[in-house]
Amino acid sequence: MVRIYAIKDPLVENQIFLSRVVAIFVFILFVMVGLVARLIYLQITGHEHYSTMAKSNRIKSLPLSPTRGIIYDREGRVLAENIPSYSLELVPEQIKDLDNTLLRLQALLNISDEKIAQFLKQKKREKHFSSIPLLLRLTDKEVATFSVVRPYFPGVDVHARLLRHYRYGLLTAHVVGYVGRINEKELKSLSVAQYRGTHHIGKIGIEKTYESQLHGQTGYAEIETNAQGRAVKTIASDDPIPGADIYLTLDIDLQKTAYNALEGQNGAVVAIEIKTGGVLVFVSRPGFDPNPFVYGISQKAYNEFQQSVDQPLFNRALKGQYPPGSTIKPFLGLAGMEYNVTEFKHKLFCPGFYQLPKFKHKYRDWKKWGHGLVDLNDAVTQSCDVYFYNLARTLGIDKMHDFLQQFGFGQKTGIDLVGEKAGLLPSKAWKRKNRNLPWYPGETLITGIGQGFIQVTPLQLARATATLANKGKVVSPHLAARIDNSNYTSTHSSTEETQINLKEKNVEDIISAMVNVIHGARGTARTLREGIDYQIAGKTGTAQVFTVKQEEKYEEEGLDKKLKDHALFMAFAPASEPQIAVAVIVENGGHGGSVAAPIAGKIMRQYLSSASLCNRRDC
Amino acid sequence: MISETKGEQFHPPSVIGTILRKLHIDIPLFIGLILACALSFLILYSASGQNITVLIRQATRIGVAFVLMIVLAHINPRQFYRHSALLYILGVLLLIAVLFVGLVGKGAQRWLDLGFFRFQPSEMIKITTPMMIAWFLSRYSLPPKPKQLMLAGLMIIIPTVLIAKQPDLGTSLLVASSGAAVLFFSGLSYRFIMATCAVLASLTPVLWHFMKDYQKGRVLTLLNPEADPMGRGYHIIQSKIAIGSGGMHGKGWLGSTQSKLDFLPESSTDFIFAVFAEEFGLSGCLGLLILYLLIISRCLYIAVQAQDTYNRLLAGSLTFTFFVYVFVNIGMVIGVLPVVGVPLPLISYGGTSMVTLLAGFGILMSIHTHRKFLPS
Repeated sequence: MVRIYAIKDPLVENQIFLSRVVAIFVFILFVMVGLVARLIYLQITGHEHYSTMAKSNRIKSLPLSPTRGIIYDREGRVLAENIPSYSLELVPEQIKDLDNTLLRLQALLNISDEKIAQFLKQKKREKHFSSIPLLLRLTDKEVATFSVVRPYFPGVDVHARLLRHYRYGLLTAHVVGYVGRINEKELKSLSVAQYRGTHHIGKIGIEKTYESQLHGQTGYAEIETNAQGRAVKTIASDDPIPGADIYLTLDIDLQKTAYNALEGQNGAVVAIEIKTGGVLVFVSRPGFDPNPFVYGISQKAYNEFQQSVDQPLFNRALKGQYPPGSTIKPFLGLAGMEYNVTEFKHKLFCPGFYQLPKFKHKYRDWKKWGHGLVDLNDAVTQSCDVYFYNLARTLGIDKMHDFLQQFGFGQKTGIDLVGEKAGLLPSKAWKRKNRNLPWYPGETLITGIGQGFIQVTPLQLARATATLANKGKVVSPHLAARIDNSNYTSTHSSTEETQINLKEKNVEDIISAMVNVIHGARGTARTLREGIDYQIAGKTGTAQVFTVKQEEKYEEEGLDKKLKDHALFMAFAPASEPQIAVAVIVENGGHGGSVAAPIAGKIMRQYLSSASLCNRRDC
Repeated sequence: MISETKGEQFHPPSVIGTILRKLHIDIPLFIGLILACALSFLILYSASGQNITVLIRQATRIGVAFVLMIVLAHINPRQFYRHSALLYILGVLLLIAVLFVGLVGKGAQRWLDLGFFRFQPSEMIKITTPMMIAWFLSRYSLPPKPKQLMLAGLMIIIPTVLIAKQPDLGTSLLVASSGAAVLFFSGLSYRFIMATCAVLASLTPVLWHFMKDYQKGRVLTLLNPEADPMGRGYHIIQSKIAIGSGGMHGKGWLGSTQSKLDFLPESSTDFIFAVFAEEFGLSGCLGLLILYLLIISRCLYIAVQAQDTYNRLLAGSLTFTFFVYVFVNIGMVIGVLPVVGVPLPLISYGGTSMVTLLAGFGILMSIHTHRKFLPS
C-alpha cells in the first residue's frame, strides 16, 4: 500500500494559523466585552439593589428589651419585681436537626410535650437568629445537668433573663395581676416594634391596665453579624427606656389582714381611703399564685383552677355581683328624707310583716315578731325590714333608682382594673327594656331591703360607703397613686369632683343611725366597739341566696353551704372625721353582723391605730 | 520577526537582558504573570481574613510553579514534540489508574498518591492533550483531513470522558477545549465547526439525560437562583450581592463584607473574583480583565512568532485554554455560566491549577526563546 503524504506548505499553514489567531482574538475580545457588560449590569445598574442586600445580609437589628417597671404598695414595698432566672434557649438557625435536638433535650431535662409545642409556636413568629426560650426558670440542678452536655447541643444555651415575680403571690393576684406569654390574639394588636424583644405582657390587674407604662420603650442595636449569625460588632444602638415604676395606694399589711380574716371563706374586701379614693385593700378570696402564670402554667394546673368550685381565678371584688341586702338601707333612708317622704323621727309600727294593700302576700321581717314602734334610727340600727318596705313603697322604684345611681350603684366605678362589672340598679325602664315586663309593686318592696334585681359589686359598695362618709362628695376609687416620680393624677378623682346634692342634717342623721349599729344598745354589729377610742359608722347586711317560701322558716343548720345567705358589711371610720370606708362580702357566710363586720373591724382598727397613722402622717 | 532581530542587533543586550535570555524568560509575559500573582496576594490576604499562613502557602506554590515554568522554558520545544505521544499515553494511563486506585477528595476521585506527593493526572493531561494533537496534526499538511480529524477527536474524547467520570466537569471541559483549540488553529473549516456546534446543540437533551442530578441542579440554579436562595441558589446569589455591592470603585481593599463575614462561600478559591469585584469595583475588574487580555495577547503573539506548526498549534491552544479558565470562572461568578469548579487563573488560592498554568507558560516561553534566527 502506498501512502501519499501531502506536501507541507509552511506559507499556507502560516496563513491559516494567522487568520485563526485573528479570529480567536476577535472572539476573545467579544467575550470580554460581554463579561464587562454583565459587570456593568451588576455593579452600576444593580448596585443599589445589591448594596441593600449586602447590608441586610450583615446588619441585624437586635431588640433591646426594656426592664419592666416595678410595682410597689403605698409604703414602697415591692409587689411585683424582676428577678434574674436561667432559661434554656434555642437558636433554631444554628441547630442542624431541630426535632432530634428537642427530643434529646426532652429526655435530658424532662420537658413536657406542651412546652415543646409552645416553643414551636413561638418559633414561627420570631425573627431569624433570635434566641427562643424553651424552658424558663431552670433550677440549679437543671442548669448543671445541661452545662455538662452543652457541647453536644450547638445552638442551645442557658441564658439569664429577668422574670417577673410576685412576692405576695396569692395576696395580690387579683389586684396586681400577672404577666404571661404573649398569645396570638394579643400579638395582632401589639406594636411589633415595641414587643420584638419582649415575651411577656400584662394579662390582668394593674399589669394589664398599665401595660404601656410598665413595659417601657424597646431599644434597638444594629449588630453586624456574620453568616453564622454571630455578632461581630455593634454599629449603632438606641438604648431601651425602662418601664415606669408604679406606686399603688394599696397597703399590703392591710391587704394581708383582710385576706387572712377571710380564712376558710370565699368573699371579697375592699377598703378605700376616703379623701383620695385610693384603694387600700382589694381582696378576693380565694386567691391564686400568679407566679406559675409567668413561666407557663401547665394545662393541668390551669384546669384545676378553672374547675374548682371556689373559683379562685374569679375576681369577686371587681366582678362579683351580690344583692346588697340591708347595706342598702342607709342610702334608702337618706333618700326618704331627701325626697321628704319620711322624717328621721317619724315612727312606724313593725308587726313583723308588711302587706301591700289588696294583696295577701306577707313580706316578712327578719325578726318574726317584729320590732314594734321604730323610727328611721331604730330601723337602721336594728335593720327593720318593714320600715323599709314602707319607705320603698312611698318612694317608688324610679326615685330609688335615681337616688342610688348618684352613689354609683349600677355603674362601673372606673377603677384602674380591667373587667369591672357594673352591678344592677333596676328601674321600671330597665325592666321594660331588658325583661319586657311591667314593674310589679312587690319588686319595689324587696328592692327596699336590697333584694330582688338589685346587685352590687364589693367595690361599688365600698365606693358608695365612702361617698356617703364624704357627705355626698363622690369618691372615685383607683389603685395607682403615682407612676414613677412624675405625679400621677388619676383621671377619675380629679376630673369628676361630683357633689351629690344632700341636706347636711339628713346626712348627719343617717350617719348617727349607722354609728348606732355599732355603738347603740341594740345595734347589729355591737362587737366592733370593743377597745376603740373613735366611732365607727356601718351597716350589716344578709343577702338571701334563695327564697324562703311563704310560711316556711329559714333554717340555717340544715342548709347546704352554697345556699346559705351572703354576709355583708359596710362601714367607715372615724364617724366624726371619716378616713377609711370598707365593704366586706362573705359568700354564704350567714349573718353580716357576726361574720362580715369583724373583718371590716380589723381593717379599720389596724388602719386607724396610732402607729400606722403616725407613719402615714410623717411624724 | 525581522525587526526584532534587527533590534537585538542594534542594541547590545544589557547584563540583565543577557541573564534573562539565558534563563529563557519572556519578559513581557513574565511581568504580566508577576503582576497577576501580586494581585493574587493582595486579594487573597483580604479573602482569607488576613491569614498569613494562607499567603505563605500560596507563595510556596507560586515559587514551585515559577521554578517549573523556568525549567520547562529551558527545554527545547523539539523535546516536547518528540515526547508528545509518550506523555499523552502516560497521562491517559494515569487517568485510568485514578479511576481504580485514586484518592477521594471533595466528592470526586482525582488524586493519585505517589508516596512523596499527591498528584492529579487530570492536570497533566490538560497540557499533554494539546501536545498530542498538535504533534499528530503537524505530521500532516494543514488543514487536517476528515480521517485525521476523527482520530484527533478520539484523542480529545478519551481523556475528557475519563475526567468527567471522576467527576470533574471543570477540568474535562478545559481538556476538551484545549484539544478543540488545536483543531481550530489547524484550520478546521468553519462549515465543519458550525455543523459540529449544531449537532452538539441538538444533542443537548441527550446530554441533559446523562447529566448527574447535581449537575442539572447547577444549570437550573443558573437560570433561577432565587428559587432556592438558602440552598443551591445561595452561592450565586451571595456572589452577585458581593459583586453588585462593589459598585463603580468598590469598598476598598479589606472592605469586603460578604467575604469577611462568611456570606460568600469559597471566597479564597473559586469565588475570589467576587471578593475582588466587591473591593475594587468595576474599575478594578476592568483592570484585571485588561491584564488578562494583555497576557493573552502576548501569548498569541508568541504563537504567531512560533517557527513550526507544532509550536504554533501548541502555543495557540495553551493560550486559548488560559482564556477558557478566565471566562468560565468569571462567567460562573457573575452568574452567566453554571457553577463548575474552575479557579480564576493566577489569582485563586490553590496549587494544582497554578502549577499547570505556569507549566503552560513555561512551554510558551520555551517556544519563544528557542527560536532560531536566520542571518538577514
